[in-house]
Amino acid sequence: MRPRRFGTAELLLLLSILILVVVVAIPILLIFWNAFVVEGKPDFLRALALLKEPDTLEALKNSLVIAGGTTVLSTIIGVFFAWLVSRTDLPYKGTMKVLFLVPFMLPSFIGALAWKILLSPRGGHINRLLMDLFHLEDPVFNIMSLGGIIAVETMYLFPFVFIQVSGALERMDPTLEEAARISGAGLFTITRRITLPLMMPSILAGALLVALYSLAHFGVPAILGTERNIFIIPTKIYEKIYASGGNFEAIRTGTMLSSILVLSAAAILYVQSLVLSSGRFQVISGKSMRPMVLKLRGLKWPLLILSVVYIAITVVLPTVTIFLVGTLKTYGLAFKLENMTLDNFTYILFKWELTRDAIWNSFYLSLSAAAVTMLIGTLISYVLVKTKIRGKFLLEFLGVLPFSVPGTVIALGVILMWSGRFGVNLYNTAWIIFVAYIARYMAFALKSTSAALEQVHDSLEEAARACGATKWQAMKDVVLPLIKPGMVAAFFLIFLPALRELTTSVLLYGPHTRTIGVAIYTLNEDGETVYAAALAAIALVIIVLGQLLIKRVTRAKIESA
Amino acid sequence: MATVTLSHVTKRFGGVTAVRDLDLEIRDGECFSLLGPSGCGKTTTLRMLAGFEDLDEGEIRVGDRVFSNSARHYYLPPEKRDFGMVFQAFAVWPHLNIFDNVAFPLQIKGLSQADIQEKTRRALADTGLLKVQHAFPGELSGGEKQRIALARAIAINPQVMLLDEPLSNLDPKLREEMRFEIKDLQRRLGFTIVFVTHDQAEAMAISDRMLVMRDGVLQQVGSPIAIYEQPASRFVFSFIGLSNFLPMEDRDSCSYVQGAPEAGPLEAPRPNGVAGPTWTLASRPTHIDLQAEGGLRGTVLRRVYLGEVVEYRVRIGPHELRIQKGARDQVFEEGATVGLSFRQYLGYPEE
Repeated sequence: MRPRRFGTAELLLLLSILILVVVVAIPILLIFWNAFVVEGKPDFLRALALLKEPDTLEALKNSLVIAGGTTVLSTIIGVFFAWLVSRTDLPYKGTMKVLFLVPFMLPSFIGALAWKILLSPRGGHINRLLMDLFHLEDPVFNIMSLGGIIAVETMYLFPFVFIQVSGALERMDPTLEEAARISGAGLFTITRRITLPLMMPSILAGALLVALYSLAHFGVPAILGTERNIFIIPTKIYEKIYASGGNFEAIRTGTMLSSILVLSAAAILYVQSLVLSSGRFQVISGKSMRPMVLKLRGLKWPLLILSVVYIAITVVLPTVTIFLVGTLKTYGLAFKLENMTLDNFTYILFKWELTRDAIWNSFYLSLSAAAVTMLIGTLISYVLVKTKIRGKFLLEFLGVLPFSVPGTVIALGVILMWSGRFGVNLYNTAWIIFVAYIARYMAFALKSTSAALEQVHDSLEEAARACGATKWQAMKDVVLPLIKPGMVAAFFLIFLPALRELTTSVLLYGPHTRTIGVAIYTLNEDGETVYAAALAAIALVIIVLGQLLIKRVTRAKIESA
Repeated sequence: MATVTLSHVTKRFGGVTAVRDLDLEIRDGECFSLLGPSGCGKTTTLRMLAGFEDLDEGEIRVGDRVFSNSARHYYLPPEKRDFGMVFQAFAVWPHLNIFDNVAFPLQIKGLSQADIQEKTRRALADTGLLKVQHAFPGELSGGEKQRIALARAIAINPQVMLLDEPLSNLDPKLREEMRFEIKDLQRRLGFTIVFVTHDQAEAMAISDRMLVMRDGVLQQVGSPIAIYEQPASRFVFSFIGLSNFLPMEDRDSCSYVQGAPEAGPLEAPRPNGVAGPTWTLASRPTHIDLQAEGGLRGTVLRRVYLGEVVEYRVRIGPHELRIQKGARDQVFEEGATVGLSFRQYLGYPEE
């Protein structure tokens, strides 16, 4: 074959590979290197010995219990509510469907904070109320337990299943169920023998997402577990890195645990791709028809009340708690008007350097990380989707990596990479968080920009070229305008979660680089419950405003299109 | 007896009347087609028959039994109607293999294992699926999927079979083949077929009788020949086969083409049943002769060879007609002046 000239496409490919190698691949390699290589030689026995330490073993077991429990519970609740809003005549279905997605907006560590205030064994408000009311000796609930952590994570993770299943139920060809009906089957039989089996891939996909998220999640177990000596892998890594003063053995244990996280995430993603690619369950219809609806009759209103109460308990109650506690003059005072003040908010927003810095840090870090990651993601997706050059497989492989790297692992990886070992020391600066965010959110950018690019058919670009446009002009005038909505989506998909990020930044923050999430977490750790709640309340307001902004931007996009 | 009777059936969706005051009797053992453009109410009618849609007015009976009655709010649920039904998108369950798909209605009925085995195998044999019975639908072609749907529908040996555009997702050659198979199955098993389609050729090929619907209103019921030869309205004429329409006006007891008096009078009697001085002449492309002299005078715009047939576009004043002649007939050049005479034509009131 004739050797090809080194052109623009090759340059873009090389650049993309370089970015992914530096941002994602090397940090992960460093983790495995530190975990399994001692003095230049592979040493798996010592690595295994580290895992056998009782506290690591305990953390592994807890991770399994919490991820498993959360997954099972979220799946049951998610499937039930999805079925309720898409296959029954529940009143106000449309509104309920939107409400079931609200828990997604709430950062789960803020939820955990609220639940700790309400249900911690001795100090929890609800527990105290119940004990006073019924003259009990012991608290009724203990949220600071394995069960409590599972319950709180489920409250904020079940929408993963809900979205998958309700979407699949709506897209499913209704004649599949009608065919069963005309064959003589009643609704119960149809649900059991036709609908549920057909929904299995979606249920499984949602459940695996929950498992993936729960396994890598730091906030809830940190707030509800650490105080009670309940550790899971991410909180154990945090404890090892911080409490042990960064000695070598501690870092090795951290990298070992991180390796386990990466491998289990990869395994989960692999199973998920198997499930989704099995074509046996193609049930999407072209024709949209109203599906069969189960008449709930007498159960109609009780089930609506159940749904509303569920939302009230999981969303409204914690939110109200956060806002109320945020106004207290001192934590522990009763919720009476004379004990409340708005000074906490002005103090946090304008006077206290720590929180002021945190808000500012979160803002510019998530803005810049979102913009940069979105642009890099567009570049990489363009090379992946639109070019045909040799060596692309390497980029394809690297492009999958960001999807399987949990936030804790990324944090540890960038610590290993950017702490001076390679001549650059970013430790304790905002830069290290910035690099980590790029790695952490690259998957989001790749997903939405490559989806947008795949929809732009090659012939559109070719038509522009045939009309006399250069490659660059075709790109600028045809491709870019068409993928702009995908790029905007990518930006917001990164900006909003980054704004409330905790898992990664909690391992990376320095004296002046706290993020909002870190500030809330450390304030809570230091017993400053009121200020933690007040800052959390401000964070909630920012998040809601951000969501409304996205809605406006995306709606304007749809209308102008 | 599986005579299906619809009396005064009306169905509304919001403000739109999908089916208006439909009276119909489908006879035992016949193949009856519901034909019309999309949105005409044919599928809604079938779904009311199946029991998936309630009625706003009217009654549906099968034999002596009432299946749906709007006045009494009585609706026999679909699963109790013992119909067979085949859907446009096949609706074959992807998680069950072919055998289990076909056995499903029998299992629901609670038949014995031996019975299920025997009846499923017979349905599979009738549709030529015995060899692939352990395969999953995802591994099969569209035609085979439609066979599964057919086998599943005949498994319980229903008296009435509802077919909702069952052939429209298949390629043309397969479509023709399946038509024969459906007719063949009907001959052997003797069920009544109600067949929904928007394809007039398909309806004519398969039906004993058919109806044409438009905007929820019944236009005509009859045998395919009767509907082709004597369309009750201009709409039915245009929906069944290729058509030409010429607006005419009567002067001095002769009929002239509107806007083209120079073409001369129509050398044929005005059809019966047309009142008023203006009317519309309707004729098929194959029912018009071309000649050098006489007839309605027109100009050949274009001539296209279609193999066996030569198609002419002829202009008369502001109107254009499509005429098909045999390839061995006299040939006229483009631009030539020709005379048209109508071997067969019908007249309709002007719209």
